[in-house]
Amino acid sequence: MKDKSLVRRITGHRLFMPLVCLAIVLLANLLRQPDFFKITVKDGTLYGYVIDVINRGSELVILAVGMTLVVSSSAGTDISVGAIMAVAAAICCFILSGGQVSVNEYANPYVLGVVIALVLGAICGAWNGFLVAKLRIQPMVATLILFTAGRGIAQLITNGQITYIRVPEYKVLGGSISGLPLPVPFFVSLAVVILAYILLKRTSLGLYIEAVGINPKASRLVGIKSSLIIFLTYAFCGLCAGIAGLVASSRIYSADANNVGLNMELDAILAVALGGNSLGGGKFFLMGSVIGAYTIQALTTTLYAMGVSADQIPVYKAIVVVIIVSLQSEELRKWFKKKFATKKVVESEVA
Amino acid sequence: MKKRLLSIMLVAAMVGVMVMGCSQKADNGDSGDASDSGDSDLITVGYAQVGAESDWRTANTESFKSTFTKENGYELIFDDAQQKQENQIKAIRSFIQQGVDYIVVAPVVETGWETVLEEAKAEGIPVILSDRQMDVSDESLYECWVGGNFIKEGEDGGHWLEDYLKEKGMDGEEINMVTLQGTIGASAQVGRTEGFANVLAENDNWNMLELQTGEFTQAKGQEVMESFLKKYDDIDVVIAENDNMAFGAIDAIKAAGKTCGPDGDITIISFDAVKAAFDAMIAGDLNCAVECNPLHGPRVAEIIQKLEAGEEVDKIQYVDEELFDTSMDLEEIVKTRAY
Repeated sequence: MKDKSLVRRITGHRLFMPLVCLAIVLLANLLRQPDFFKITVKDGTLYGYVIDVINRGSELVILAVGMTLVVSSSAGTDISVGAIMAVAAAICCFILSGGQVSVNEYANPYVLGVVIALVLGAICGAWNGFLVAKLRIQPMVATLILFTAGRGIAQLITNGQITYIRVPEYKVLGGSISGLPLPVPFFVSLAVVILAYILLKRTSLGLYIEAVGINPKASRLVGIKSSLIIFLTYAFCGLCAGIAGLVASSRIYSADANNVGLNMELDAILAVALGGNSLGGGKFFLMGSVIGAYTIQALTTTLYAMGVSADQIPVYKAIVVVIIVSLQSEELRKWFKKKFATKKVVESEVA
Repeated sequence: MKKRLLSIMLVAAMVGVMVMGCSQKADNGDSGDASDSGDSDLITVGYAQVGAESDWRTANTESFKSTFTKENGYELIFDDAQQKQENQIKAIRSFIQQGVDYIVVAPVVETGWETVLEEAKAEGIPVILSDRQMDVSDESLYECWVGGNFIKEGEDGGHWLEDYLKEKGMDGEEINMVTLQGTIGASAQVGRTEGFANVLAENDNWNMLELQTGEFTQAKGQEVMESFLKKYDDIDVVIAENDNMAFGAIDAIKAAGKTCGPDGDITIISFDAVKAAFDAMIAGDLNCAVECNPLHGPRVAEIIQKLEAGEEVDKIQYVDEELFDTSMDLEEIVKTRAY
């Protein structure tokens, strides 16, 4: 009896299903690529497929953190994060290059570029927040504005060119420092997750967000400023997108307005859903979203590792995502249980 | 529960949309310069560009912008499609509505153009293709095509490798290679893959380990190369179907503690030969770059002038292209390059 309750406690844990999904995706590699989990040390930095997943998934983790809060507070999604990434990358490179197409040294201090990029990211988020919280526009519609216009703004900033910052220090944020065992993007994402966690759990902010998400009217009646909370989550989401944009830009030491963060808003929403969060708002599991983000990246890396040919990758991805999403569907689980139960009944009747 | 199921279904639908790659996005078809041409003497040309995916594309855009100026008697309506076919189709429709004299398109992909080209034809607007080709049943739908010979570029790259290996005395050895392909279905990807495969077939000792798409971007090129390096210990040659992916590959190779270029473990052949590729060759990271001449503007202007004069033009018009490697005096050559 005691064992059973333990099993139930584990399987019933809200992070159980997301973790199982991640494990399945990773373990599938053992079939075709036994070396998948091999990790070696190169230049004082760990090296292997798993490290790739951790490294490449960083931007998505950062986005997923912001997205989780937006979903929780407003029961809507911010589809502009990919475009905001491009805006942040563009403004940072524009400031550092001083308007040139390619530079070998900073035209302005690095810190200035980073700070302005983050501020601009937060402003973009605040704009979304203003539309959603104050003007009460549906989140999907409100963020559609920047989704459409964001890359245009980024293009305007960079003048339609790919702006290169060929300074070694610029590559650090998206690269690795020898001596540091894991790539820098991982630590950036870790910092964002920890910061968000402390902010949400050590203060009552997390509780407020959930309360607003569950019932904004009731929250307002007990004295929580619903619109302010919603506004803040969007601004924070924009800030996260700004950070992710800087990492993505640092990886390619340039601002590629068309491709930075392309389609990542959808991955971020998916990460939140894979993490067992309801897109209907309310209670949220930050760690679930983080695991969801790594699951998506693990899938991409897996398909590369397995050598799936380029034109078939989207099909495999779709199939796996459908399986994962349905695994987590409670309706499906209930349906299976029912089916199983009736079968048993039928069998016993026959007997 | 219903809400949850609904949301899950929504996610599935969104994912479906995402992976199909048909996410409707950012149209800037009617941005700024869509004003009517006040001057009736000017020849109005609408150019539906792919996007700003690489330095090459930028040089191509610049070539059009500097050729089709008011001083030269043209009015250019430029559209950046951000790598989306829907955006290009939208742009072409808006060109037709604005009644331009000529439409120039650098198609994102080869298929799916019949309907919109027929609309242009019905309006009597000649369509000129730049860079990438279109796969249409009726060739009369477009006037002509201007661009590089991608198959020849692929073959040139292959022949360069043959010579290079012979020079190094490695022509009898087993050579392992990987390819970073462009966006699947783009003419440059199809042509370069095919051209190189032609040479590959002649060399029994060449072993193509894997081809994977890097979507012509540096970030993806880097990511895919990282994966290749973990999977195969002994890669001798990397074929990158554009320069930006080669830059990504160089970063990945260095991060893996290997070396590339003329003095390194891995030979890299790249296509396009933009200025940054020359820098990479001078720095000793890149071995060879096959040129893909982006300066289509003057050639297209020439064709338009011929059409204005009522002359016939050839259906396929190749621009001149060269090949550069580290044995040349690159520092001198790069000074003479326009892009």
